[in-house]
Amino acid sequence: MSNFMIAYFFLLIAACCTAAYYQYRTALLLLFSLVCVSLLAGLLGGESVLINITIAIALLAASAGLAYSFRETLIQILPRGGAKLMRTAPLTASFGLLLIIIYIIAAVFAPIIAPYGEAEVIAGAFAPPDEVMILGGDQLGRDLFSRLVYGARNTVGIALMTTAIAFVVGTVAGLSAAVLGGWIDQVLGRIVDTLMAIPQLIFALLLLTIVGTSVINLTLVIALLYSPLIFRLARAVAGNIVVMDYIEAARLRGESTWYLVIKEVLPNATAPLAAEFGLRFCFVFLAISALSFLGLGIQPPTADWGSMVRENATLISFGEITPLIPAAAIALLTVSVNFVVDWMLHISSGLKE
Amino acid sequence: MSGVMGLIVKRLGLGLVTLLVVSIIIFGAVEMLPGDLAQQILGQSATEETVAQLREDLGLNRPAFVRYFEWLGGAVQGDFGVSLANNRSVAEQLAPRFANTLFLAGLAAVIAVPLAIGLGVMAALYRNSVFDRVANVVSLGAISSPEFFLGYILIVFLAVQNQVFPAISNVSGDMDFGTRLYRSMLPALTMTLVVTAYMMRMTRAAIINLLASPYIEMARLKGVSRSQVITRHALPNALAPIINVVALNLAYLITGVVLVEVVFVYPGVGQLLVDSVTKRDFPVVQACCLVFAATFILFNLIADVGAILSNPRLRHPK
Amino acid sequence: MADEKSVLLTVKDLRIEGYSDEKWIEIVHGVDLTLHRGEVMGLIGESGAGKSTIGLAAMGFTRDGCRISNGTVEFDGMELTSATRSERRALRGSRIAYVAQSAAASFNPAHKLIDQHTEAPLLHKIDTKDESTKDAIELYRRLRLPNPEEIGFRYPHQVSGGQLQRAMTAMAMACRPDLIIFDEPTTALDVTTQIEVLAAIRDIVDQFNTAALYITHDLAVVAQMADRIKVLLKGDEVEEAETRKMLEDPQEEYTKTLWAVRSFKRKPKPAPKKDETPLVTVRNVSAAYGDTKVLDDVSFDIYRGRTVAVVGESGSGKSTTARCITGLLPPIGGEILFDGKVLPPRYQDRTKDQLRQAQMIYQMADTALNPKKKIGEIIGRPIEFYSGVTGAELKKRVDQLLDQIELEPSLYYHRLPSELSGGQKQRIGIARALAAEPAFIICDEVTSALDQLVAEGILRLLDKLQKDLNLAYMFITHDLATVRSIADEVVVMKEGKVVEQGPKDVMFKPPHHEYTDLLLSSVPEMDPDWLSNLLDERGVDNIGEAANKS
Repeated sequence: MSNFMIAYFFLLIAACCTAAYYQYRTALLLLFSLVCVSLLAGLLGGESVLINITIAIALLAASAGLAYSFRETLIQILPRGGAKLMRTAPLTASFGLLLIIIYIIAAVFAPIIAPYGEAEVIAGAFAPPDEVMILGGDQLGRDLFSRLVYGARNTVGIALMTTAIAFVVGTVAGLSAAVLGGWIDQVLGRIVDTLMAIPQLIFALLLLTIVGTSVINLTLVIALLYSPLIFRLARAVAGNIVVMDYIEAARLRGESTWYLVIKEVLPNATAPLAAEFGLRFCFVFLAISALSFLGLGIQPPTADWGSMVRENATLISFGEITPLIPAAAIALLTVSVNFVVDWMLHISSGLKE
Repeated sequence: MSGVMGLIVKRLGLGLVTLLVVSIIIFGAVEMLPGDLAQQILGQSATEETVAQLREDLGLNRPAFVRYFEWLGGAVQGDFGVSLANNRSVAEQLAPRFANTLFLAGLAAVIAVPLAIGLGVMAALYRNSVFDRVANVVSLGAISSPEFFLGYILIVFLAVQNQVFPAISNVSGDMDFGTRLYRSMLPALTMTLVVTAYMMRMTRAAIINLLASPYIEMARLKGVSRSQVITRHALPNALAPIINVVALNLAYLITGVVLVEVVFVYPGVGQLLVDSVTKRDFPVVQACCLVFAATFILFNLIADVGAILSNPRLRHPK
Repeated sequence: MADEKSVLLTVKDLRIEGYSDEKWIEIVHGVDLTLHRGEVMGLIGESGAGKSTIGLAAMGFTRDGCRISNGTVEFDGMELTSATRSERRALRGSRIAYVAQSAAASFNPAHKLIDQHTEAPLLHKIDTKDESTKDAIELYRRLRLPNPEEIGFRYPHQVSGGQLQRAMTAMAMACRPDLIIFDEPTTALDVTTQIEVLAAIRDIVDQFNTAALYITHDLAVVAQMADRIKVLLKGDEVEEAETRKMLEDPQEEYTKTLWAVRSFKRKPKPAPKKDETPLVTVRNVSAAYGDTKVLDDVSFDIYRGRTVAVVGESGSGKSTTARCITGLLPPIGGEILFDGKVLPPRYQDRTKDQLRQAQMIYQMADTALNPKKKIGEIIGRPIEFYSGVTGAELKKRVDQLLDQIELEPSLYYHRLPSELSGGQKQRIGIARALAAEPAFIICDEVTSALDQLVAEGILRLLDKLQKDLNLAYMFITHDLATVRSIADEVVVMKEGKVVEQGPKDVMFKPPHHEYTDLLLSSVPEMDPDWLSNLLDERGVDNIGEAANKS
């Protein structure tokens, strides 16, 4: 048994006992489950697994600490309303918020942050990391880090645009269907049902085969395929609003459909729609990344995380984690958005009670 | 029961109509190609005569609806035409791969369904506990990760660093069940991760919704014990939402298979579809899409029919 | 029952906290309660008074997200807050039972009534399945349920609401408990059904000498049911007394406002001239939702400056008539005339001026005002829309309207509806209707969601506005006190038909039409003897029949 393992278990058990002694129920339960998992993992996988667990815990602790200090800083510097809001944020949400801000900065200032150009070949294929290229080179010898930064701009930008298009189309159609009712509502509902009867990814593959892969085609196809989901939500939300008496009062006043949709229904639908925007962005983002990964999305030499995973995939079999980095960048962003959306949904559901 | 049967027949009919419309969309999409199929296959440099010749061979001179019914009639009998890439029958290529895909999805479902329902019910019963919170964060993480990310992580840990399972799942028809299981394990686990997360969250929401019903409170106020409240009052009513959750997730599983098959080079329909899309092999693409769409519609249908059958209000009409 | 007066339940300094916004907030602030064997205590208060929470706490139960933070609940010598889970469980269902507000939601949809009925007796090992089934049928019979032999073998959704509520009372009685908690058992029912359930509950509680906590917000109901009444406000006790004493001589200011009987009575107006054209005429109107006919040949007139009250139970077609008049539901037969001219049946086809002339005030002010708009915008929009006035002129008009509804303009102009009380919101609804400068206003149950005193204020305001502006009202209501105080003519509706109509004075004097009589007499009155007298008058067995016919 190595010193590391002895120290590992000793520390863990000590922490367990401390938690037990001070009656920290949550901490005790977590720590003890960790002891069990570690015993099992240590037995099966040996020291290397334990080292991985330690790294994971350290990473988690670091992120939690970061999230905590970020939240507390925001509480200090924001005006009163914002500070009050931040106080209700769980650590996950504050972590998500921080990461989203980092992504936005990376996307906006990509040319300043990235040391090299997007398609600039500066070294041999799969060059190992050094002082110049902190993450090494890719299959053509381009700087991985630079491409990662530019990828934020391309991948996130395209996903945002796609979501926005899907959203405008879906929301306008959904709210109008609810307000107009009758056969328009029926027809739109049927169209949407049919569009949703084909799995989105499959449908996207089919359409992209036909229209060919370009950024514009990709954006339009994905927007078309995801707008039915937004339509459904907007229709459902608005469905609850149009039965309200104030809508009836406005109708009986003789207001136009446009006024009803924009001035009476939309203001009351913004909160659920905003949360939905976050969720849908995640789905769209994942779908675009998936298509890029399959080689049918954003085309080279444009830096894009999905394609970067695909281009570097061969390294996996050598135990290199290089292709995991862009994949992790995708996962981290979606997780962050989901965390923030989760928090938003929690707040809005709390307000209802 | 006639009311329920009526509802189910209606629902089945609607499913069939949907499938028909979807088949029209799939067929029509290829019709919308700029120029036509013959032009597409031969490219811009082809002469008029060769294009016309191919058009003749493929029967493109006949009206679209005639070809549609031929195509549909063939598809119903299991004949999807001939591949453009290698002139082999599409059905011949598709059949073994479809079996592989079903095996993979089935394996993932066998692991994921009990796991997800168990975890979901636990999270609902002990909501806001440590377990619930950890489960919430972990499942959110799994849902947010692209399938290929999870797949590669599993490869790094279970195939490269520790050689537990093979990274490449080359299964074939003549393999015995054990080997097949062993080779399909990593892709199945990847899919399990995603689907379990979804299913668990949906189960949790459904059960929490159920436990908030006044009749559950009533049962507790009659002095029924916690475990009996669950078995006698919650479970009979939980069946409907759980069947729904499972069927919807199996539908998702069938389509989620595409990415996972590519990551693990698993010889399934998803892999075939992606290959054919790259080669612009339209008959194969159409066939794969139709198969995926039909399975997807089928599971959504099962979800609806299950919901009808497990609803006591519909089972015992007035 | 050795000692009639022995104490059954003692609650001392009960404090309950609810979890919201990540912290515990006290929602019941130290309530005491003593209940003797066989005694019925009424707990009364508005929503948010903590009545249900206290009722459940009497069983040692708190809902999720609530906890008892202090105090004791002693039931027949046993302290429930410190008792173990299984000890408390042994009491529930067997010695303390609960009857919930919504029987439809509180019966498990997956099991037959009888199986749910026998669950508690079997669980607490009080009865065998057969015995308990027999007893259930006996209880169903005593509660005057139709087909007592077989009704238990149905599923909840196959039984009507009033019957379910009685089946739930039977279920609570299954183990012959010492105490039953009734949590608003008749709130969701129509008046004629309510009577049956009230009579049935009172009878059975009497027969078995069961003690009860009767929770409700309806004073007239509690006056019939309770021996003693405790008044609650926002988790605090206001006062407690014997029912008669409480009704005759309330001590606290808050109780007095609750008890305030409508003092508002309006002088009768002279009948309209013979040759006067009615402002609104509903002529032979029939309407349907899909294939279901909901209005059948409805006719009545409304004259300028006068009020027509339309009375009936839910489903009688009162609101549908209003929808036909406004054009939301085009009638399948008949027509609506305004000032002698036929109106287009669909509101979409009416002119701006026709729409302006008829306005509506709604029952729920919460859903009638857009929560995202400021008061100024809500009232200003009709003015702007119909007269095109904008800017400072518009602001001036809005201020005038706020003055008219007796709200200070500078205080309310920039507020959101959520920052207003129920009565104030209803006033804003009135101002929005007035902003269109109409000749005719439909008031749909405008006072039924409000407290007595607030409601009276609204009625006075409406009356004043009618005099000042010569408005015609169509007043949809089920509350007779409202009808008495404000109506000139009364129209009684049932199942889509007009049963009887005429001037108020004539309508309130016998002889009535059979249904008018049933309806008028079924609305509970504050007199504690009202139910007993009524039952004597109708004959015990008749009340069920009379109501079942409806």
